[in-house]
Amino acid sequence: MRRAAGTGDDRPADVAIIGAGVVGTAIARALALQGVSCVLIDAANDVGTGTSKANTAILHTGFDTVPGSLESRLLRRGSALLRDYARRAGIPVEHTGAVLVAWTPEQVAELPAIEAKAHRNGVTDVHPIGAAELYRREPHLGPGALGALVIPGESIICPWTTPLAYATQAVAAGARLRLRSRVTGIRAGALEHQVVTAAGVVRCRWVVNAAGLYSDAVDAMMGGDSFTICPRRGELIVFDKLARPQLSQILLPVPTARTKGVLVAPTVYGNVLLGPTAEDVPDRGDVATTGAGLAALLAAGRRILPGLAAEEVTASYAGLRAATADRDYQIWADGSRRYACVAGIRSTGLSASLGIAEHVIGLLAGAGLRLAGRPEPDPPLMPYIGQAGTRPYQDAARIAADPEYGRIVCHCERVTRGEIRDALAGPLPPADLDGLRRRTRVLNGRCQGFYCAATVAALFAAGGPPALVADPPGRPPAMVPQTAGPEAAVPGAGRVQAARRGEAVQRAAGRGEGGGPAVGHEGAGPQAPGNAGTGRPASGPGEAGRRAAEPPV
Amino acid sequence: MSAGIPAGPAADVLIVGAGPAGLAAAVELRRLGAGRVVVVDRDEEAGGIPRHSAHTGFGARDLRRFLSGPAYARRYADAAAAAGAEIRLGTTATGWDGPPGMSGRAGTSGQPGISGQPGAGGPSTVRPDRAAGPYRVTLTSAAGIETVGAAAVLLATGCRERPRTARLVPGDRPPGVMTTGELQRRVYLAGQRLPGRALVVGAEHVSFSAMVTLAHAGAQVVGLVTDRPRHTSYAGFGLAASWRWHAPVWRCTVVRRVAGRGRLEGAELADTRTGETRFVPCDVVVFTGDWIPDHELARAAGLAMDAGTRGPAVDTALETSAPGLFAAGNLVHAAETADVAALGGRHAARGIAEFLRGAAGHGTAGGRGPAPQPVRLPVTVEPPLLWVAPNALRAGGPAPPRGRFVLRSDVFDRLARLEVWQDGRRLATGVSFGIKPDRPVRLGASWTGRADPGGGPVTVRLA
Repeated sequence: MRRAAGTGDDRPADVAIIGAGVVGTAIARALALQGVSCVLIDAANDVGTGTSKANTAILHTGFDTVPGSLESRLLRRGSALLRDYARRAGIPVEHTGAVLVAWTPEQVAELPAIEAKAHRNGVTDVHPIGAAELYRREPHLGPGALGALVIPGESIICPWTTPLAYATQAVAAGARLRLRSRVTGIRAGALEHQVVTAAGVVRCRWVVNAAGLYSDAVDAMMGGDSFTICPRRGELIVFDKLARPQLSQILLPVPTARTKGVLVAPTVYGNVLLGPTAEDVPDRGDVATTGAGLAALLAAGRRILPGLAAEEVTASYAGLRAATADRDYQIWADGSRRYACVAGIRSTGLSASLGIAEHVIGLLAGAGLRLAGRPEPDPPLMPYIGQAGTRPYQDAARIAADPEYGRIVCHCERVTRGEIRDALAGPLPPADLDGLRRRTRVLNGRCQGFYCAATVAALFAAGGPPALVADPPGRPPAMVPQTAGPEAAVPGAGRVQAARRGEAVQRAAGRGEGGGPAVGHEGAGPQAPGNAGTGRPASGPGEAGRRAAEPPV
Repeated sequence: MSAGIPAGPAADVLIVGAGPAGLAAAVELRRLGAGRVVVVDRDEEAGGIPRHSAHTGFGARDLRRFLSGPAYARRYADAAAAAGAEIRLGTTATGWDGPPGMSGRAGTSGQPGISGQPGAGGPSTVRPDRAAGPYRVTLTSAAGIETVGAAAVLLATGCRERPRTARLVPGDRPPGVMTTGELQRRVYLAGQRLPGRALVVGAEHVSFSAMVTLAHAGAQVVGLVTDRPRHTSYAGFGLAASWRWHAPVWRCTVVRRVAGRGRLEGAELADTRTGETRFVPCDVVVFTGDWIPDHELARAAGLAMDAGTRGPAVDTALETSAPGLFAAGNLVHAAETADVAALGGRHAARGIAEFLRGAAGHGTAGGRGPAPQPVRLPVTVEPPLLWVAPNALRAGGPAPPRGRFVLRSDVFDRLARLEVWQDGRRLATGVSFGIKPDRPVRLGASWTGRADPGGGPVTVRLA
């Protein structure tokens, strides 16, 4: 019923990208749009299943990065690019802004330094407010706040649609996607590298390591030993949408030397997110939540927003950040080995992804890779799954044209039969129910399947598990005529009318993202990007994870 | 989002939820002569939860017979249709169009749909000038988006079980973890088999129902887990579990962790008395009971909510804090049996009929303005009682449904003395035998006449 991964086109590629997280898909997209033939490889059965899916889903400004660092530069650049891209691709974003709240005199004393740092990072609209103004803006905030910094540019974004949009566009532009293809070794050669995967060998001239939690293992396969990934687990709790009116923006803590601390944020799915914890764990697959972690979050949440305690928890989940000993990104290209490493992205990969991709292809070009130098086409228009804009069930014209958009299947998240059908027939169909969650929000709501799981499972089974190999239509990528826009080139993209563009323009203060994060199918979890060479099995096939798609760290 | 949405013709009563409470209310409203009664349900089939409860025992109190869940559901669906209620399935009430009830108590003109003559059905009495209705509800279905106005609304949206996530059970997140609701839909509506070992979390009525469903689906139930000192269902169920299915009830035990990456491996249980843990391998974990009302529409309406039931606060007529907006069934007492929910629906129908009659008397025709708000006296409980429903006395109003209040206790008590107090004055005292958590504790309503309508809240407690 499924084609085994890797049985598709096995022509040598210019570039093999290992890891189909938000960074790997962004790089594949950038390369494919420049006419470079590339293969995007991942151990999991979908794109964006590792750190990319389980985070805080914030589109950062980079105000608190280390000034002058690569992260600072790429985050600022990437964030600006992604804001624009998200608007055009229909990726849910809400420009809520953030307040960084000081609860003690010591924290108040730190605010000026944080403000100065933000200004050095080019985020010049950061400014302080007093307690009275803070409570006027956030009246549900717990007692005891002494003041805050306002970061107007912080936003929330859908972490699931973002890598899907990148991958959809990459495949439409000629990239080949190889899922369920855990990398077990690399035979580096003078003319050609051979990337050995669980589903066959991928031949390529260049290797780009975007393997996230497993990037040190891939680096070792290329002969490197310069860094080690230290997974840092973050547990998060998602509250019911009924909690959403308790805040209008992201509530940040004053960071410590170690972490950014526990925040409360709206999600683009209309929920409220509390987290993350920060705990070093030895196991790169360990995205279990813990009693201690959840209890600590609830205690922190009670102080920040006491009203949260009265609302139901919709989901909890954990993600792993790919931290290294070095605080900055580990990004470099080696022309002699035809190898680029993109590692140590920790928790800012989503926001910085387009900046990272731009930087990486610049490095590759500098090292000898030839780019076509084309202008960037419009992105595909993705199915809109945010809460702030108009969803299909709210769109009378769409229902009139196709009644399936009026048949709500998942009542908590109000996902219609039409959306499920579209996802199953889309250019990158889901391989399991978790994949369907990330494409539609189905099963992510407060009832966690009490009402609709049986129906959704039946619809998924009827829709048929898709092939796991996505090949571009037609011939070698570099030769794909670019006469038609990407929307025409992406099967199914035209389905979403151009008229819907603009819906994604998110209003400040809308609702947040969040819906369903929750439980995730572990196999598709954090070992996702690339799992290379770790000996950890690829995610299991089959019924796949109920419970889970998660929102982000 | 209301812009451009067509307003359908107004209903006299819009009922949200076609389960036992909503359907029983529709039947009764039509019997009382209500005009256009519209029942909407988001499901594709009417009948509610009993549809996928295959066991018998439905209908004892309301229909005086024993039926299976599906038969009971069909009977109510047929009765409502036969009574002339308009039942719209696959239709979701997605929200209120404008602030609900802001126009005040039946603040529109025209004839209410109650003729006052039982049995007078006939065509709708709706007139064009009432098209707006005091309540406007937005509906989404395959037929499109529509706003329906209604002179009165009954919320009968039921309840659901808290899933694992809401209970904050940590660990891995593999497939195979579900609620009884999902289990029963998978097994009885979708015909799925579930071979393998199953663990049931909870030991109340529904937990044993889940056990039977699991056995029916081919699963081997390894045990039931409850943090209580014993199970709260009938003694016979506990015996049946151990004898017929060899499934022990592990008491004073909690699920500390779910384990299994990609595939469920089992659950770690901990004894709350000794701290001892054990790992129980299993392929399915079913989280049962621990009910919460589906109260989202009520919350969206800005209704006063009851902290105990977590449903909308209702008086003895089952009217909420918004005039003409009623609530019944497991939305106001999660969860009682289907027949109790149905009788509550029937009770609410009488209150709605009364409301519509009052609206007629106080409508614009007489020029007397809106009817006065009823005087309500809150009824509360003290721990270890958890909640009481209804949660307010209505001065001059009816007795509560079935002439009694329903309460929940957090503790077992073989011989409990219930006391009703107001302002330091004991209004009533009574004895209740065999109080158990998760099970109804009943309190008669004969004392309500002794309560001072102008006094403080009435409190029910265990002596």
